[in-house]
Amino acid sequence: MKVKITVNGMLYNKHIPNDMMLLEFLRKYGYVSVKRGCDTGNCGLCTVWVEGKPVLSCSYPAARADGKRVTTLEGVKEEAASFGRYMTAQGAEQCGYCSPGFIMAVLAMRRELTDPTEEEIAGYLAGNLCRCSGYAGQTRALRAWLQDRPWEKEGQA
Amino acid sequence: MYTIKSYVFPETLEEAGELLQRDTRASAILGGCCWLKLGRRRIRWAIDLTRLGLDQIEVKDGCLELGACVTLHQLETHPAVTARFDGLLGKCVSHIVGVPFRNCATVGGSVFSRFGFSDLTCALLALDATVVLHRGGEVPLEQFMASPIAFNDILLKVRIKDDGRRAAYQSVRRSTTDFPTLAAAVSRLDGKWTVSVGARPARAVRCESAAACLNEGKGAAAAGQAAAGELTYGTDLRAGADYRKKLAAVLVRRAAEQCMEENKG
Ligand SMILES: Cc1cc2nc3c(=O)[nH]c(=O)nc-3n(C[C@H](O)[C@H](O)[C@H](O)COP(=O)(O)OP(=O)(O)OC[C@H]3O[C@@H](n4cnc5c(N)ncnc54)[C@H](O)[C@@H]3O)c2cc1C
Ligand code: FES
Ligand code: FES
Repeated sequence: MKVKITVNGMLYNKHIPNDMMLLEFLRKYGYVSVKRGCDTGNCGLCTVWVEGKPVLSCSYPAARADGKRVTTLEGVKEEAASFGRYMTAQGAEQCGYCSPGFIMAVLAMRRELTDPTEEEIAGYLAGNLCRCSGYAGQTRALRAWLQDRPWEKEGQA
Repeated sequence: MYTIKSYVFPETLEEAGELLQRDTRASAILGGCCWLKLGRRRIRWAIDLTRLGLDQIEVKDGCLELGACVTLHQLETHPAVTARFDGLLGKCVSHIVGVPFRNCATVGGSVFSRFGFSDLTCALLALDATVVLHRGGEVPLEQFMASPIAFNDILLKVRIKDDGRRAAYQSVRRSTTDFPTLAAAVSRLDGKWTVSVGARPARAVRCESAAACLNEGKGAAAAGQAAAGELTYGTDLRAGADYRKKLAAVLVRRAAEQCMEENKG
């Protein structure tokens, strides 16, 4: 079927297989930050935004994204890099495979929740799994980032 | 993973119904697709309901109405839902994976599937909800839950009387985002209680003897014991039947105590 999907501001007018998932669509067109982990909705590695909301691209039909705005990590590069520096400072990244999905969920959470509690943070991010780090470094990085609020100085949305 | 031959966005409910009836075995209604995609169905007509305005939450004719395409995350964030029934509906889904998942999975897919492990159907049973089906009309959820699954109708919305009842939910999971090992929900309206138990691991059911204990003022612990005694529990990879029975006594008691506490305030 024919779809028009805008990815990070770029319009794609394409024929796609009817059963294609958004994950495959995005990787096909070079958005390789989007990772396939479990492919069963369990791990959060494939998190992207559709109309600004975080969704699992492995479970989201590409056909349903017709006419919609999709954002991947490539589309929020600067803010992602800024948060990434906090992760590095805390040794929160080991293999790094989970990071793009995790960062997309974190940046969405920042937009959705003002001053989230520890419990709210854990609830929001519970579906973003990391098999290497044990979450302690990520939690420290998140705390420092939420406290410093670098996005305000860097003029991000 | 499923395969899809034709992907259709019907413009009216009638069109969606006709497509489904053309061949109920070869067609599939798409909810959030989180579950459907895990199977291997060969779908002739995939019917996407997302352009029919079924993603609305409304308070109408004395009822809270949840459209089939309302996502689980909407239940956690929409003020009309969080302000009612002590936020029961948002709380009951809050352990289901993470927000990106809950932005996909829908009320329609969750309720129509009648999964044994479903947190949402357990909570809705305690609220005396009804389901509105395209062909079947409005049916009490309790009756719907007891019926066999036939994918020959479309769930349009879930309705809950906006009667100001208080409610509480409890579940136990082996890890944060796992399916519930057992779940319990209670509600109380003008001194009349409703109790439901889910993930037994069979489908959620109401427990009349536990509700009777609470109605008669015998206390939360007696209600818990009644739920353990009246209902049947099974064994699967998460827990044995005996363990579930013990959990039922504890979770029903805790939910009832929580509801009593909340009623004080
Ligand atoms: C990894 C994972 C973890 C989960 N954990 C939990 C958990 O802890 N607790 C819990 O309660 N649930 C859990 N679930 C289930 C989840 O919450 C949803 O119930 C499930 O994904 C179905 O919802 P959906 O919107 O994705 O429906 P789909 O997958 O799209 O559809 C499911 C079925 O319902 C049919 N259907 C969909 N919408 C309608 C409609 N409107 N009318 C008629 N038929 C319809 C479809 O044809 C399909 O057969 C989990 C699921 C996954 C994949
Ligand atoms: S790849 Fe999508 S949730 Fe794991
Ligand atoms: S750093 Fe390896 S999975 Fe997270």
